[in-house]
Amino acid sequence: MSGVEKTRHLLLVFPHPDDESFGKAGTVLLFTKAGTPATLICGTLGELGRNMGNPPFANRETLPKIRKKELEDACKALGVGDLRLLGLRDKTVEFEDPEYVADRIEEVIREVNPSIIMTYYPKYGVHPDHDALSHATVLAVKRLPKEERPVVWGSVVVRNAEEVVGKPDFVIDVSSVFEEKMAAMKAHKSQYQGLFARMEEQMASSPEARAEVIASLSTERYWVVPIED
Amino acid sequence: MQPIRIEEVQAALDKFLGQEVYLHLETTNGAYAAHRFGQPMAVCAYIRNGKVTFERAQVTGSKPYRVGLKMDIGWIYAEGLTDYEIDGQGRLLMAGHDEEGRLAVALQLSRTPWPMSALEEE
Repeated sequence: MSGVEKTRHLLLVFPHPDDESFGKAGTVLLFTKAGTPATLICGTLGELGRNMGNPPFANRETLPKIRKKELEDACKALGVGDLRLLGLRDKTVEFEDPEYVADRIEEVIREVNPSIIMTYYPKYGVHPDHDALSHATVLAVKRLPKEERPVVWGSVVVRNAEEVVGKPDFVIDVSSVFEEKMAAMKAHKSQYQGLFARMEEQMASSPEARAEVIASLSTERYWVVPIED
Repeated sequence: MQPIRIEEVQAALDKFLGQEVYLHLETTNGAYAAHRFGQPMAVCAYIRNGKVTFERAQVTGSKPYRVGLKMDIGWIYAEGLTDYEIDGQGRLLMAGHDEEGRLAVALQLSRTPWPMSALEEE
């Protein structure tokens, strides 16, 4: 099922440039193409990314500037018109006071009044920044009166997702926006090359392999994050 | 960045002797080391803006290279360095990249603090 219709406002809460696109761009595109206004809170600029190119096109100090530009390009590709940078630092989010991070998110929630929030599923995001920011997002949502709370769509990164969280609540067919999804992912040039080189090789190897990769990229899965008081 | 040339890196290191220097030191196998790359665990150590003074600096090895900085009260050391750059602000950046261009280690020296966020510099 696609199951994606226009909603009041979509808020994306992710720690790194590219989190909003890798694994999620199709769904975001379906929402924005249906006329949903969207805001992205990006926690850090991915300062500690490892992919520098070969030969290197970036260094530790220039990488965040490159990734900020890539993020802006990805937002254009996704139809996300409102980008908020929290200015936290890559890999340090879990050491911040969660209530402070929640304050920053709550401020945006109260301003844009989202009906749906997309973030990682707490505890199952693999990267410590994913888990820290999704935890803070849940804290922020908990502060709202029950009837005003947006639905939180969580992305699970761990391999045994269904074992630990059960069946996904939303399985979104994004094949109708496949090319736009790839464009958003490729906007993150510095990261795409390193992460998807193998996938590109596989796609080039045979029509069957290509079909397999396209099929796996054409579905995105989300689990509703329970907000327990 | 460009491949390390030992004489040039040595000369650049010597310019930081005997003064307060801001250190960036980092080594990592990536946050996804265990999840995606089959390694037993993700490992990273990281210092942003250690304020240090050293009296001796030495680059040695042959690709990859090692750099040791000798302080009055201890040592700073990095192994696996492949590339370097002296940027427009006179900061010395050294890093070790693997065959796929991924950063595995970084050692950087500056006379002014390293920025905490690229947003500060705009």
